[in-house]
Amino acid sequence: MRFTSATQYIGASLPRANALRLLAGRGQYVDDLQLPRLAHAVMMRSPHAHARIVSIAADAACNAPGVLGVLTGEDVAQLCRPYVGVLLHIKGMRSAPQLPLAIDRARWQGEPVVAVVAESRAQAEDAAQLVEIEWEELPPVTDAETALDPGAPVIHPEFGDNLCFERVVDTGGVDAVFARADHVVEATFVTSRHAATPLETRGIVADFNPAEKHLTVWQSTQVPYMMQWILAHHFGLPETSVRVIAPDVGGGFGLKIHVFGDEMAAVAASLVLGRPVKFIADRLESFVSDNHARGHRVKLRMAVSHDGDILAVDMDDLYGIGPFSGYPRASVNEGLQVVNLAGGPYQQRVYRGRSRAVFQNKPMYGQYRAVGHPVACAITEGAVDLAAAAVGMDPADFRRRNYISPDSFPYTLVSGPTFEKLSQHEALDRLLAMMDYTGLRREQAELRLCGVHRGIGLASFVENSNSSSATYGQGGVSIAAQDACTIKLTATGGLAVASSLTEMGQGAHAVAMQVAASAAGVPIDRVKVILGDTDATPYGGGNFGSRGTGIGGEAVFQAARALRANILAFVARLTESEPSLLDVREGNVVDAEGGALRMTLEDVARTAYFRTDCVPRDFQPELTVTRSYAQKYYSGVFTNGIQASYLEVDTDTGFVKLLRHWVVDDCGTIVNPLLVDEQIRGAVVQGIGAALFEQCIYSPEGQLLNGSLIDYLVPMAAEMPDIEIGHCVTPTATSELGAKGAGEAGTAGAPAAIMNAINDALKPFGARVTMQPFTPERILRALGKAGAV
Amino acid sequence: MKAAAFSYVKPRSLAETFDLLERHGEGARLLAGGQSLIAALNMRLDTPRMLIDLNGLRELSGIRVDRDTIAIGALTRHRVLELSDDVSRHLPLIHAAMPFVAHAAIRNRGTFGGSIAFADPAAELPACCIALDARFVIRSRAGDRRVAAREFFRGLYETDLRSGEVLAGGEFARSGDPYRYSFQELARRHGDYAIVGVATRARIAAGVLSDVRIAFCGMGPTPMLATAAAAALDGRACSRDVIAHAQASLARDLAPFDDLYQTAATRMHLARVLLGRALAQLTADHEC
Repeated sequence: MRFTSATQYIGASLPRANALRLLAGRGQYVDDLQLPRLAHAVMMRSPHAHARIVSIAADAACNAPGVLGVLTGEDVAQLCRPYVGVLLHIKGMRSAPQLPLAIDRARWQGEPVVAVVAESRAQAEDAAQLVEIEWEELPPVTDAETALDPGAPVIHPEFGDNLCFERVVDTGGVDAVFARADHVVEATFVTSRHAATPLETRGIVADFNPAEKHLTVWQSTQVPYMMQWILAHHFGLPETSVRVIAPDVGGGFGLKIHVFGDEMAAVAASLVLGRPVKFIADRLESFVSDNHARGHRVKLRMAVSHDGDILAVDMDDLYGIGPFSGYPRASVNEGLQVVNLAGGPYQQRVYRGRSRAVFQNKPMYGQYRAVGHPVACAITEGAVDLAAAAVGMDPADFRRRNYISPDSFPYTLVSGPTFEKLSQHEALDRLLAMMDYTGLRREQAELRLCGVHRGIGLASFVENSNSSSATYGQGGVSIAAQDACTIKLTATGGLAVASSLTEMGQGAHAVAMQVAASAAGVPIDRVKVILGDTDATPYGGGNFGSRGTGIGGEAVFQAARALRANILAFVARLTESEPSLLDVREGNVVDAEGGALRMTLEDVARTAYFRTDCVPRDFQPELTVTRSYAQKYYSGVFTNGIQASYLEVDTDTGFVKLLRHWVVDDCGTIVNPLLVDEQIRGAVVQGIGAALFEQCIYSPEGQLLNGSLIDYLVPMAAEMPDIEIGHCVTPTATSELGAKGAGEAGTAGAPAAIMNAINDALKPFGARVTMQPFTPERILRALGKAGAV
Repeated sequence: MKAAAFSYVKPRSLAETFDLLERHGEGARLLAGGQSLIAALNMRLDTPRMLIDLNGLRELSGIRVDRDTIAIGALTRHRVLELSDDVSRHLPLIHAAMPFVAHAAIRNRGTFGGSIAFADPAAELPACCIALDARFVIRSRAGDRRVAAREFFRGLYETDLRSGEVLAGGEFARSGDPYRYSFQELARRHGDYAIVGVATRARIAAGVLSDVRIAFCGMGPTPMLATAAAAALDGRACSRDVIAHAQASLARDLAPFDDLYQTAATRMHLARVLLGRALAQLTADHEC
């Protein structure tokens, strides 16, 4: 038998091997887990945005049927070391120590205060109603805009004011450029606080075994190793006594990389009770206890020349992050991305940017899909359209003119980040061809004559991926920047691939499978992938920040290549050949030239494991290998692309109908085009949610007014347009695989594309919207059609 | 979230139901499709002691067409209404409104009577019933009584139902050919409760409107009958001025409030736009 073709799965649109299991209802999520003596925790939460806890009377609850324990903040504090959400390498940022349950003072509506643990969830909920907490309301600070005013209530009196962090970038010369610029455009952009709303809410089962002082935690998490470190450190356990398992995870979107007080309280309850404790956040409490994101107010000015050159950008960003900076990743990365990337995809000349994060009495705040990028993109692309209009250029031409010159990569922004290599011109050309830009403009003009108002919006984007230790490790935070993979050849010639990647529905499992099979030369149906268990996988960061395929996937690639090399060395020795003359194809070791079969991998494994008598005494085959990979060249490897939206505005009702959406994305090497395209589509939908629907609405007192899926509007299928995807492929030179992130780019660009399309449609009316979400009310208001209030 | 503990009983007859209502009084709730009630229980917004499940009462289910009337039993599922040929033939307004009632999964369980008795002012069916001048059949141990739809809705989630009574269904006059109908609605997402919806019925002869009835959902504490707007249209040809006058008259008919996303003023604006669209649909193929 001859094997001539290489086994090649990288680049193949294969369906995900684990999809059928999930579709068949055989997934195993945290809440599916049943353990003997499992107890259930529910949280009593603060009903006030800011209030002193005068007293807690829990006797009635303690004596209620089925109740096993009631924990207050002080009870948990006996077990859990406080945490402070600062990154040490970010100068000047500050936050106060935080504990899982509030002591003395609650600082947001929804902050957990008391944990009630009972034999069943229903009993725990019944008992929770018997806990009496006496509150003394305190004046809240809710609006970021006034949080720094003198006289505003100060959440952490020791700081003197509510400023968490400020970053300023200034090249100098900004005022001078603006003073002599031909055109200056400016706008104030507002993006709204979002909740991540994954299908599966947060959840944890903590099982402390007092006999061996060992804690096992099943958690809906993206980051098992980070949680292992956190749990060991804060509960004073040896790291080797903590095992974290991420079972099936029903969506993460960055929500499940943070530490949450209610989950920590459930762990504390297990330590106290010596039995497993389950806490599942229900949908209503998720809205007030999940970390939020995206609530910015940005003022931006852009100076432009007659010819259409962007001369300078001046921007000021303000956002409220809740009462503490989130732990352990801090809540300032969003603002950092905004200030670092404003004006970013364009040739930068003169820039001044400021971002301020302020404390307020609203829920905790943190990383969420495409951290900060959708804000940076919206303010930049919104201003670019204004600038193009000011100089009378077509928006596409204006972008092309201002893109970073293709021969100037790697290109370092004045704010710090370096772009390894972007494909902006190519992406723009491809997009305009895909959407028939010229034809669409013609159609738009014709329909305008009939009173139909359609708009075309473009949004170029960049997206950070494959982060180095610059994000967390250098800030003193124990979050791995590397990922690792252990591959063993099984006894029948298959591969068992254990990776520190995590799967939360996005397809990391499939990526690991395809990369390992390809790089080792093994049929994919002989590959098993093991993820999400600190006892079973090598050390690594897990999945966040578009790093899965780029970093974890590269580790799989390296491990599989190393295993292949070991196999070839072994077989070369056995067959008195040279490794360079052999190859592994379709699970067989063959002659590289001609493809004649030398040994099946099953025979290789059998010889190595069972027939060691056939192995030369001075040779030990190594058929289990581990390789690690970290990206060390740049703070992150940037991807790029461009999106376009085509939509219709009903100028009588303010309703927006999305007609079509296009994306051209460059994520380098594509392992599975099907997965990448669906990742991008899902991300675009999330961006559409930001543009049209999603917004946490608060009363002035800090009460969430729309904390349910009836009132908090997530994007749904019926309103979504067809989303067409195209690609440019610029592999990163920082790895052999060449893959960059693909999970966030869709979210980064979609809100800007939709904003620009709406404003393009409204152009004949001289109307403009810049406050997301673009609701009918806001569009009508811009049109002067909303009635007087 | 888990509902607080409650007792559950599924009576086999209306007589048994009346017994249970008498015994448990205010502590009892009637369960039909459960699409609003169960959510309220799980959120502990409502904590009844007793749930009386009506789903065993076949006599409350189904659509019956007589010579002059069409009757819809309270337990008839939304999905049955949506797919019913009788409804499409004799109650085209309800047929047109059904796709706007939530999502198919909810329509599979939700019932006509549940929607009427719950009396959400943003719901579609109460407005349709007012526009069609329906009567509701209410049963109790004392016997049957009938209430005109427009008398039935008394306030926000408040109806004419008294303790011990069960809503048995609705009765509608079979539509005659001269009537035309329109159902229009604006919701942020398909299946959401309406920001504003309008159910309209009118006769049109030689371009002249008569017997006009217009009912709005989402524009006040109850479904709202727009009598001033109807009066502005009745007996007139549908000219631009007449439409504008009817739209202006809505200020007297409707009492919208601010909601999370829209001000009352914007909702009034949207109601006017929607009335214009309803009239355009009613008078399509007729010269205006």
